Amino acid sequence: MSKSKKIQWTRKHLIGLSDLSREEIEFILDTAKGFEEFSTRSIKKVPTLRGKVIVNMFFEDSTRTRNSFTLAASRLSADVIEFTKKSSSVSKGETLIDTARNLEAMGIDIVVIRHSAGGAPKLLSRSINACVVNAGDGFHEHPTQGLLDVYTIRQVRGSLDGLKIGIVGDIAHSRVARSDIYAMTKLGAEVTLIGPPTLMPASVRDLPVKVSYSLDDVIEELDVINMLRIQFERLGGNPFPSVREYSHYFGLTVDRMKRAKPDIIVMHPGPMNRGLEIESEVADGPNSVILEQVANGLAVRMAVLFLVNQASTLTS
Amino acid sequence: MKTIPQKTLIKNGRLIDPKNNVDQVTDLLIDDFQVTKIAKNITESADHTIDASGKIVAPGLIDIHVHFREPGDEEEETIASGSAAAVAGGYTSVVCMPNTNPPIDEATAVEYVHRMGRQARKTFIHVMGAITKDRAGQELSEMGLMSQAGAVGFTDDGCGVQDTAVMLRAMKYASMLNQVVSQHCEDRSLAGNGVMNAGYNATVLGLPGIDPLAEEMMLWRDIQLAKKTGTRYHAQHISTAGAVKIIRQAKSEGLPVTCEVTPHHLLLTEEAIADYNTNFKVNPPLRTPKDIEALKQAVHDGLIDALATDHAPHLQSEKELEFLAAPCGMVGIECALPLYRKALIDAGVCDWPQMLSMLTWRPAHIINVEKGSLAVGDRADVVVIDPDAPWIIDATKFYSKSRNCPYQGWAVKGKVLYTLVAGEIRFEAKD
Repeated sequence: MSKSKKIQWTRKHLIGLSDLSREEIEFILDTAKGFEEFSTRSIKKVPTLRGKVIVNMFFEDSTRTRNSFTLAASRLSADVIEFTKKSSSVSKGETLIDTARNLEAMGIDIVVIRHSAGGAPKLLSRSINACVVNAGDGFHEHPTQGLLDVYTIRQVRGSLDGLKIGIVGDIAHSRVARSDIYAMTKLGAEVTLIGPPTLMPASVRDLPVKVSYSLDDVIEELDVINMLRIQFERLGGNPFPSVREYSHYFGLTVDRMKRAKPDIIVMHPGPMNRGLEIESEVADGPNSVILEQVANGLAVRMAVLFLVNQASTLTS
Repeated sequence: MKTIPQKTLIKNGRLIDPKNNVDQVTDLLIDDFQVTKIAKNITESADHTIDASGKIVAPGLIDIHVHFREPGDEEEETIASGSAAAVAGGYTSVVCMPNTNPPIDEATAVEYVHRMGRQARKTFIHVMGAITKDRAGQELSEMGLMSQAGAVGFTDDGCGVQDTAVMLRAMKYASMLNQVVSQHCEDRSLAGNGVMNAGYNATVLGLPGIDPLAEEMMLWRDIQLAKKTGTRYHAQHISTAGAVKIIRQAKSEGLPVTCEVTPHHLLLTEEAIADYNTNFKVNPPLRTPKDIEALKQAVHDGLIDALATDHAPHLQSEKELEFLAAPCGMVGIECALPLYRKALIDAGVCDWPQMLSMLTWRPAHIINVEKGSLAVGDRADVVVIDPDAPWIIDATKFYSKSRNCPYQGWAVKGKVLYTLVAGEIRFEAKD
């Protein structure tokens, strides 16, 4: 475990990991470590955020992330308002800013936002006084997912320095991939993006990563493999000919696992398309840390809520 | 409105009339609506005398690409407010785009825009009609009747005509009318739902990109159609190095092809979007430094026929939306001249006479109107410019009704002091 450097956390928003330093990321992880044991206590609450109001503004479907934030907030004794609206862009009717300002008028302290438009949390952070935590925006970033992914790897391997990590799938439309790339490379890992060229974003080679169109070429050298979900709802046109062909080239099958390092860590941000990007036997097998990821998500989100609130208390 | 004819004497200005190759210090006498005398030391008495020592006197500027939003979106801009903004920017003629609500796709709509322009009594309002009915890209609009009503060309601006057969038919038909067909080049199947230039910045911001190919494919296609039909073709707001290459080739073949470039594509890059600031959302999108270099080279080589603003007002409430949802466009007609100066003259790309030619007679030539020069007998559309006066761009003081200006707070040089339309002083700088 890396030594926790004492830094002063000053950010009242968590929009993404791209502009966080290695020290800041490690500080969040170390703070989360402190919260990890809470889940094993019989009384799982602390009064840290008592009297604070957190609103979960979810403009996109989510089960895991929303519940995780709700539980994290309630473990910190905050009051939580759930706001869900299944509308991607609020161009007609009440705008995002108006919605947020109305909620703010009720005296909220932290907004956790998920939105289908990249940049929506940034827009919000410019427009209201409350803290803003990004719970996933379009295909921009999903910072708490990136944090819980590196937290999980660190938990198993102690450090990310020098690890070879593969991220497989729809990189172009993945906010998880972006946050992972920033977090993993800042912590010293070497990241390879794996998928067909049609699922790679523009100018992908300008990112601090390697790119491979063949999972078979690289599987043997990977210490960690993160299988992204094929997000049918985001794919425009048909970037690959069929699910069968995709699985053939990029699915994590039992056969492929035989060629991987015996201690390879298998990750998936969920929800899984079993049999598509990952075979069930692999997802449920001994190398899988998929449920650990979910458990760690709680600790990481408690840490994030705790830190942004602390920063806003300091600045106000 | 009946006005008493007045005389205006502009003294000691540097008269730059690029069409007639004039660049000299002289006096200029305007009697009623036209230029009546150009000579040193004119001593005749006049109702107004403007001391233009150290200033540039030029034909009034012509902007062949503006959106004044009327009819339909008068909360963003009206022809009256847009016209006031235009003369403040030194523009004596503008061409309104037809993507209003409803669109300008038949003759009475053309007449309506002209009438509102006359009522505003600021700049001279021209209008282009839509190529297709409702700008839907399918059926030809009544181009002939719109031409008779005074339309100066046709475009579905806001989007390009996607169907190649429709575009071919439009260009064939327009050749009968001797009208220019003007295109917003964007292949929608390639542009998709893109909102900024495709590339590293779009990837990092998680925003869908528009590949330069979307512009270049349609431009290349249209030029083949121009070659086949012989119809005059104008490419609006070209923005990529590839587009410059295509234009260069077309011109070298002697095809009837012209193009324009905006201030923002000469000055701003995709990097400006780093913070999701929607005032930088525009279509075609802001590109890269490499593209800017190619556009400047094209200006230098004389390939760019017109400098146009694509003045596109939008409400603050619309621009405060998510980047994906916010509308495209930026205002800028009131600060265009100093921006061109910054992009072109200060950067050593061209000099004042060359720059003014792209703001006067060359755009007039595209829309086939006799304007943009200042010889004796010409209509007295005149701008008096202090070429070096420094000022700070402040959109809150604009005559335009909208504030979506990406240049807010910029320190610039070059100020419009007077704008005369048909001999009448329609704008005078306050300080």
